[in-house]
Amino acid sequence: MMNPANPKSIRVDLQLIADMIEPGTRVLDVGCGNGDLLEHLWRTKQVDGRGIEISTQGVQSCVSAGLSVVQGDVEKDLHNYPDDAFDYVILSQTVQAMMNPRDVLEQTMRIGKRAVVSLPNFGYWRLRVYMLFNGRMPMSENLPYEWYNTPNIHFCTIRDFVRLTRHMNLSIEQSLFLDEAGSSKTIGNSVSIANWFGEQAVFLLKK
Amino acid sequence: MSQGQDQDQGQSNRAHEAYAPGAWTLPGDRVRLATDTPLSLDCGTALKDVDLAYQTWGKLNAEKSNAILICHALTGDHFVLGPHPTTGKNGWWEEVVGPGKVIDTDRYFVICSNILGGCMGSTGLQSINPETGKLWGRDFPQITIGDMVRAQKLLIDHLGIDQLFAVVGGSMGGMQVLEWAVQFPNHVFAAVPIATAARHSAQNIAFHEVGRQAIMADPDWCKGNYLAEGKFPHRGLAVARMAAHITYLSEAALTRKFGRNLQDRDEVTYGFDADFQVESYLRHQGSSFVDRFDANSYLFITRAMDYFDLGERFDGQLSKAFKETPVRFLVMAFTSDWLYPTHESREIVHALNAGAANVSFVEIASDKGHDAFLLDEPDFHQVFEGFLEGCAEHRGLNRNGS
Repeated sequence: MMNPANPKSIRVDLQLIADMIEPGTRVLDVGCGNGDLLEHLWRTKQVDGRGIEISTQGVQSCVSAGLSVVQGDVEKDLHNYPDDAFDYVILSQTVQAMMNPRDVLEQTMRIGKRAVVSLPNFGYWRLRVYMLFNGRMPMSENLPYEWYNTPNIHFCTIRDFVRLTRHMNLSIEQSLFLDEAGSSKTIGNSVSIANWFGEQAVFLLKK
Repeated sequence: MSQGQDQDQGQSNRAHEAYAPGAWTLPGDRVRLATDTPLSLDCGTALKDVDLAYQTWGKLNAEKSNAILICHALTGDHFVLGPHPTTGKNGWWEEVVGPGKVIDTDRYFVICSNILGGCMGSTGLQSINPETGKLWGRDFPQITIGDMVRAQKLLIDHLGIDQLFAVVGGSMGGMQVLEWAVQFPNHVFAAVPIATAARHSAQNIAFHEVGRQAIMADPDWCKGNYLAEGKFPHRGLAVARMAAHITYLSEAALTRKFGRNLQDRDEVTYGFDADFQVESYLRHQGSSFVDRFDANSYLFITRAMDYFDLGERFDGQLSKAFKETPVRFLVMAFTSDWLYPTHESREIVHALNAGAANVSFVEIASDKGHDAFLLDEPDFHQVFEGFLEGCAEHRGLNRNGS
């Protein structure tokens, strides 16, 4: 267990998510992996945190670290949670790996008062150029998979995701993109710029 | 491995000798509870002067906040650590409990009691009915998992503990853990039900019925009066144990251990001797079991498990049982457990999620079947230990248990 006064640093996109979470709230991290974000939120924001994770190894490392994490299939198990059970439901790099991203987002908004969604931006200029010149599905440092083994089965762009939030009548309370230098900028009304230069985006959503 | 032939008919039952009324020779403690107010039972009657035999390990801290109650399974007892007083063997959970182990007796105050209706020193079928002055025998009221837990609560009160740090157990022990969390949510900080279910399945009731019929088909059962007639249904109880023991293992485990290997011979004998190692093993399991367990108790305890259906009291909605529970749960299942398969643990988890409870759930990969929770399973131990560690931190318990 690490020292609460000196929490280990986490990935910059996880830090952006953590910055959107109010201290002392109830949080569900959907697809929580090895629990880095949950542990960070517990240590630094004293949240009442829970997680769902499908991989045995991920769940074992979470529970072994004292985190409350359930092994399960997000697309089936979210249905079991009651309405408004959490202050925040986090989908960190998760929606693009779902069979039914819209359904998962709907469930997320049902069980959480707010949602924090982070995703890779397929509209990022390097990916567009990669596809234009190579004629192959883009690969990058953040997206190291081949088309046949990638867990990311439903890629979207920042613009695509903003459109979905409109279809679902969700309000975007805060939106950020991460550029290749790793610095974060507000998306706000500059969706075009974010869609070209953002490698990743983070949205704080409300019903 | 012994050949494990059937027992001689007249052989005594060591368990009965050791626990005969008045002949208290067991290690550990025994306390008389429900002396003023009788213990109400689910079946509608009440029991007065309930004895519970129990053992403790480690030290209770000044705040009385480091106590862990272990609930034992159908044929278990309170000898978590050995040597067992009748078999001389190791205790049943030495893999998990002890100094520096998952349930660290240097840190926690660990309690395990023989269940109400058990046959290792607690009030049960071999106790004297105070009203008649005779052995209870088959007249003993049919106890339930809920009754066992209410009796344990009296013991915890007797020990002056308001809130248990954790209640843990596998199989029938896991059923008791669930009952504890539902009946006494404010007296349990963390609950760890392992390889269990919130209700006994039709398949499990069916297996139990086979065991009971085997016992009752033994002429030495004497319609339940074998003690009065100086007999014991060794054969029936052994067959019940053999059938049950298969359900505790897995095909993979049996194949790995025995395959089709022959027992002390090079060829089959074209008879019904134990040609195969697996037969010899099962016969040994059966014959050693009858030395330490009572046949009528087996009937009654299997029945208590059959009757277990936690959601029944809540209009069949298990989630209601856990609504707004403050208890932190760790539910664990094993991939090869076909007696309490993972989907039954998942039902518990879904109900807990529906109640927005604090729950962790892990399915541990193991080919050892239901009995995996008793065995050396490093992933299981690691998860279990991490969970307790996290709970200790939330509860404000230090490493030394203070």
